[in-house]
Amino acid sequence: MNKSRTRSISLLFQLGGLVFSLLFVSIILILVKSQPLEAFRLIWEGATGNATRISSVLVVWVPLLLVTCGLLSTFTTGMWNIGIEGQITVGAIFTTGVMRLFLETSLSPVLVITISILAGMIGGAIWAGLAGVLKTFGGVNEIFGGLGLNFIATALNIGLIFGAWSRPGVASMSGTEPFPEQFWLPTFQNFRVSIWSIAFAIIGLVIIYFMLQGTHFGLRLKAVGKGMKSAFRMGIPTWQHMMLSFIICGLFAGLAGAIQVTAVYHRLIPSISSGYGFMGLMIAMLINYQAIWLAPIALFFAALNIGGIQLPIVLKLDSSLTGVLQGSLVLFVMISQGVKQKFLGRK
Amino acid sequence: MSSPFLKIKREKMNVEFKNINKHFGPVHANVDINLSIKSGSIFGILGENGAGKSTLMKVLSGFIQPDSGEILLDDKVVTIDSPADAINYGIGMLHQDPLDFPPMRLIENFIVGQKGGLVPSYKSTMKDFEELQKKFGFSLDPEAYVDTLTVGERQQLEILRLLWMGANALILDEPTTGISSLQKEKLFAALKILAEQGKTIIFVSHKLEDVEALCSRVAILRKGILVGEVPAPFDSDELVEMMFGKVITLGERNNLSQEKVVLELKDLYVEQYPLRIENVNFQLRAGEVIGLAGMEGSGQDILLRACVGLIRPISGKVIVKEKDLSHKNYLEYMENGVSFLPASRLEEGLVPGLTLAEHFTIAGDEKKGLFIDKDYFKEKAEKMIDEYHIIGRPDLNVESLSGGNQQRAALSLLKNSLSIILLEHPTRGLDIESAIYMWGKLKERCQQGTSIFFISGDLEEILQYSDRILVFFSGHVSPPMDASTTTLDQLGQLIGGKGWKQVFDTKEKL
Repeated sequence: MNKSRTRSISLLFQLGGLVFSLLFVSIILILVKSQPLEAFRLIWEGATGNATRISSVLVVWVPLLLVTCGLLSTFTTGMWNIGIEGQITVGAIFTTGVMRLFLETSLSPVLVITISILAGMIGGAIWAGLAGVLKTFGGVNEIFGGLGLNFIATALNIGLIFGAWSRPGVASMSGTEPFPEQFWLPTFQNFRVSIWSIAFAIIGLVIIYFMLQGTHFGLRLKAVGKGMKSAFRMGIPTWQHMMLSFIICGLFAGLAGAIQVTAVYHRLIPSISSGYGFMGLMIAMLINYQAIWLAPIALFFAALNIGGIQLPIVLKLDSSLTGVLQGSLVLFVMISQGVKQKFLGRK
Repeated sequence: MSSPFLKIKREKMNVEFKNINKHFGPVHANVDINLSIKSGSIFGILGENGAGKSTLMKVLSGFIQPDSGEILLDDKVVTIDSPADAINYGIGMLHQDPLDFPPMRLIENFIVGQKGGLVPSYKSTMKDFEELQKKFGFSLDPEAYVDTLTVGERQQLEILRLLWMGANALILDEPTTGISSLQKEKLFAALKILAEQGKTIIFVSHKLEDVEALCSRVAILRKGILVGEVPAPFDSDELVEMMFGKVITLGERNNLSQEKVVLELKDLYVEQYPLRIENVNFQLRAGEVIGLAGMEGSGQDILLRACVGLIRPISGKVIVKEKDLSHKNYLEYMENGVSFLPASRLEEGLVPGLTLAEHFTIAGDEKKGLFIDKDYFKEKAEKMIDEYHIIGRPDLNVESLSGGNQQRAALSLLKNSLSIILLEHPTRGLDIESAIYMWGKLKERCQQGTSIFFISGDLEEILQYSDRILVFFSGHVSPPMDASTTTLDQLGQLIGGKGWKQVFDTKEKL
């Protein structure tokens, strides 16, 4: 009846959140004696100014989109998969490990890349499965379990980079020995972004959208998330579904890690997950766990990340300012949702 | 025990509603309600489910705000924004479902609502608690955890807490559902004491007998409208007519049981602290209705849950249709045609946040491809809504349905060809009409050979609809009794632990 009106009011509140976060960041900029408008213009320029920059935005967009797809699965079952960062990292480690095994063989590079990416997905799934086992069998809250597993994954990653997989003669923060070029995911001409990784991201988004919107499995995940006891009473095996949702998330995170290795860095680096997992959590909250908004919002976050690079160069500001903008955006949108609920009345 | 945190100190309080209106979407839940309630009396609010009683009380207790109208306390207009605000004004509400903190101890629950002071004083609170509960003859253990209490005991706890926080007006929403008759007696005695002290008691119910036994005046709501007010003594027929606009008779008991045994319990031994149930031997026949009678927490819920794999037996056997399921889990029981409807609908029955259509999608056996056939399940939901007279739409979330409609929905979700249905308090919180309807539907299933095992706190319901009865008393289970030869008095005595020796010739010590 009043649906269109309710929806436009909703949109108004979302935009209100955006406006407030921009204001908030502007105030911070003014406090550090900088020009807010100039900073925003620089971010915009930095993200869209030329084709190289746009391709860089897409390089960030792909893993962001993938991890958030995974997170939608765990959020649907009512869980906070903080361990997503570790799952990306382990995915990257598995990919690197498997690729190293096949570097010297005569197998075709296409096959090696495929196997390595699959290995990365399995690695992510294993790491997510661990968080799931801790949760369902050990009674460890997925947030604590995930945090612990994140630390272990980071330690493992650093350990490998400086130890077993270190470059001959030098062990450095710049990572392992880069792979020969035939083992890279092919890119557009001279741009950094690979058509393959974009394809993966879009396929992943379509899969997760239809899984959550249209399948019996997705509905069962939702039922488990909304009321575990009732779902069980209605005949849904609950712990199995929780495990599956973790594993699905892990597959996506692992894929993101694999793409970081095969398409972006072509080696394992210490900060291989680039904080995309945590950013994915923010995006998931911002889009209210609806896959339909995922692609544009992830693109916006990616653009902020890349655009922010200009800030230290031109304005001598720290690029973490875009992080502040992203974080405050989530906060203000959530606040405005709370206000809206109070304003419109619940139910 | 006088409360240290009242906004306004007073001993008595008159409550008045003026032109209260409240809409929920298209539903006009309260239509221009005018009502004046004097202190020192027990005032009944009577009406069937969805008549607007709970809405009106939630307005008074600050849970919801009216669209228009005023509330006057002692002739002064007040705005009650929240439950905390209500308690500051001295209005306390006891909800249909207890709103306490189960994993905490009683005394902690008691202290939680307290204001001021960084460190709660256990010692003085404990003293207050003991003094207060002695006044009403309650015997709660302040150190016990709330989740070990029965609904009746949780209710007692909540009453004490509200009084301790300084409630002058006490609202009780369907307080007699789910509590034993002994607890009911205690509750009524306590309410009478409170009324004598000058407190305002508002007693919301759809049970005529309770209202008649307790209230000095009653207001009747129907479809959101205040139909009228009647002072005691009441004429039951008149009240029923005001509630429903028509007179209703209860359905008949008809014995549909066959010879085939569908469920057999052999030397069953189950334990759930603090109760232990031993040596249960019983055969349930196809089409039979078995009522489990007993005060709340006497073990009937443990036995019921043991019959569906939610509690694993320590020893003995549960045999369903000649298949030993003793150590199988609930999902395997379901596969064997056993279904369970728990008492707490939104915790264990339905999934809040999912629509009716989504519930039918999950519960159905048909159309289980990868993708959901949304049109099919929407149509199915519409059909069931029609068939079960559910007031709602397929795209409505279940939590927005009223209690009675939730129960109808839960019933309509049961699969068609079930061998056994286990029910906890199937008609708790339902009005007479819904209850009769519910049983009509259940009896239809019995005709098809489904057996029913049900728990109820309402002895009349047990006598009315069961073929045989099992009586529980602190973990002891009686041999089955024929319902047609059992009287209400007899049953009442047995659930109180009296007369077991004579009736069952048992050597057990009680």
